[in-house]
Amino acid sequence: MTDQSTFRAALSDPGMPVPPTLTDGTGRPAGRRFAVYRNNVAVSLTEALIDGFPACYMVLGDDQFRGMAAVYLRAHPPESPLMARFGMALPAFLDAAPQVARMRWIGDLARLELALRDSYHAADADALTPAMLSAIPPEDLGDTRFALAQSLRLIRSDWPVWSIWQRTRDTEAPQATPGAQDVVILRPGYDPAPHLLSTGDAEFIDALAQGSPLSTAAEAACAVAPDHDPTAILTLLMQSNALIQAPGGPR
Amino acid sequence: MHHPLPPAPGVGYKPQHYADIMADPGAVGWLEIHAENYMGDGGRPIAQLRHLAERFPISVHGVGLSIGGEGRLDPDHLARLKHLCDWLNPASFSEHLAWSTHDGAFLNDLLPLPYTAETVARVADHIDELQEMLGRQMLLENPSSYLAFTESTMTETEFLAEVVRRTGCGLLLDVNNVFVSATNLRLDARQYIADFPMDAVGELHLGGHDEDEDDHGAPLLIDSHGRAVADPVWALLDDVLARRGPAPLLIEWDTDVPDWSVLAAEATRAENALSRAAERAAA
Repeated sequence: MTDQSTFRAALSDPGMPVPPTLTDGTGRPAGRRFAVYRNNVAVSLTEALIDGFPACYMVLGDDQFRGMAAVYLRAHPPESPLMARFGMALPAFLDAAPQVARMRWIGDLARLELALRDSYHAADADALTPAMLSAIPPEDLGDTRFALAQSLRLIRSDWPVWSIWQRTRDTEAPQATPGAQDVVILRPGYDPAPHLLSTGDAEFIDALAQGSPLSTAAEAACAVAPDHDPTAILTLLMQSNALIQAPGGPR
Repeated sequence: MHHPLPPAPGVGYKPQHYADIMADPGAVGWLEIHAENYMGDGGRPIAQLRHLAERFPISVHGVGLSIGGEGRLDPDHLARLKHLCDWLNPASFSEHLAWSTHDGAFLNDLLPLPYTAETVARVADHIDELQEMLGRQMLLENPSSYLAFTESTMTETEFLAEVVRRTGCGLLLDVNNVFVSATNLRLDARQYIADFPMDAVGELHLGGHDEDEDDHGAPLLIDSHGRAVADPVWALLDDVLARRGPAPLLIEWDTDVPDWSVLAAEATRAENALSRAAERAAA
């Protein structure tokens, strides 16, 4: 008898023999008929990673990406049938993968791609309108706490991850130069887009995301960038429908 | 209460066809979605589905529940299916006679089962659990098979009839899968259709397959859903419709997805087959 543990073990390891109770319908060993299932599993999951991480696929190239995917699949098989969530462990896997050690930024590139995908599927938000914002009395503004849309994602990288991502989409984009980059992903409608941030803007969003009131977020930004003015980033967040109505927040 | 699927052509919905379908669906009277693609919290997929559901009856087709799995059904996934069916209130819900999850790992393929009393009991228990959870009848789809199990003690049609008897579920008859399995396992496709518990059939599937060979040079057909429906499968459909009468008839095209015009032409061909069957039934 071939139980599912036996079937699965043989499925995942082409070096293992095909279970003997599997046949071609006339009693002969199943042979390469079993390989159809092996192939379906390996190819479909690899394709799901390519779909989910197109920039990583582009910089690694087909051979290296598929080789890396095969190792990843053995270590981190999907835990649910939701392919939109497959690959959550890929950034950390790439950080530690010896095959890509010379690309020390690749884990963060995968983080950016994962964040774009998460943002695409995130809940829709009731965004704060300019009228709601201007209805807040100026003296209360500093104490106001904003909730951020679930589609907002902040990536803080030691590497020029935004420039590298841009280059995978547009070969005319400037070559990445060394240095840290902070990126916010915003989804004004249904299409998430990454925006490069100043360090002050990144600190500001980070503080808002942690629930700090506006004045505290502004102070956090000034601590790293003394002349920081939050007007521009606040405007971008509002225009991108990233500030949402929250219980206890502004009305 | 939900309305049943109409006895008309449907297509497997692909987001790239959204504007074309909304502009001119042609012969297409309903749409089928893969449940697992609509389990996010929001964004474009959910918004499109809401709009489509205002115009078309929707069939929700699960591809990841692992009804034939040896382990228990994933409670998280059951809850996600229930959530989707609750807000969408689809015309139909279907899943596969297969397994795809083992020890918490999802294998992303529809894997085969031996046809034994033990498997019947397991599959029936899982269908009972699902139908109770969803509060509706489900349709169970016959698989494409590339191999057989020596431990099987019944035919696939006997197996399906017994599951229907125990659970009260309906069946989704995939005519391409019948042709693929019959070719691969050297069975008689027409006999399979004659033996099929046709009273339980609530939906039909048609799709394209690829041709390969096994170690002995025997034909090995692969259920790829990557091309037009093959002529012998259309011929087999006529046998099915002669027994069943017109039924909701889906065209599946999941890989190398063509332009809408190509898929719409397949739907028109399906509509013609349904019209011929209706005329024969009236004669």
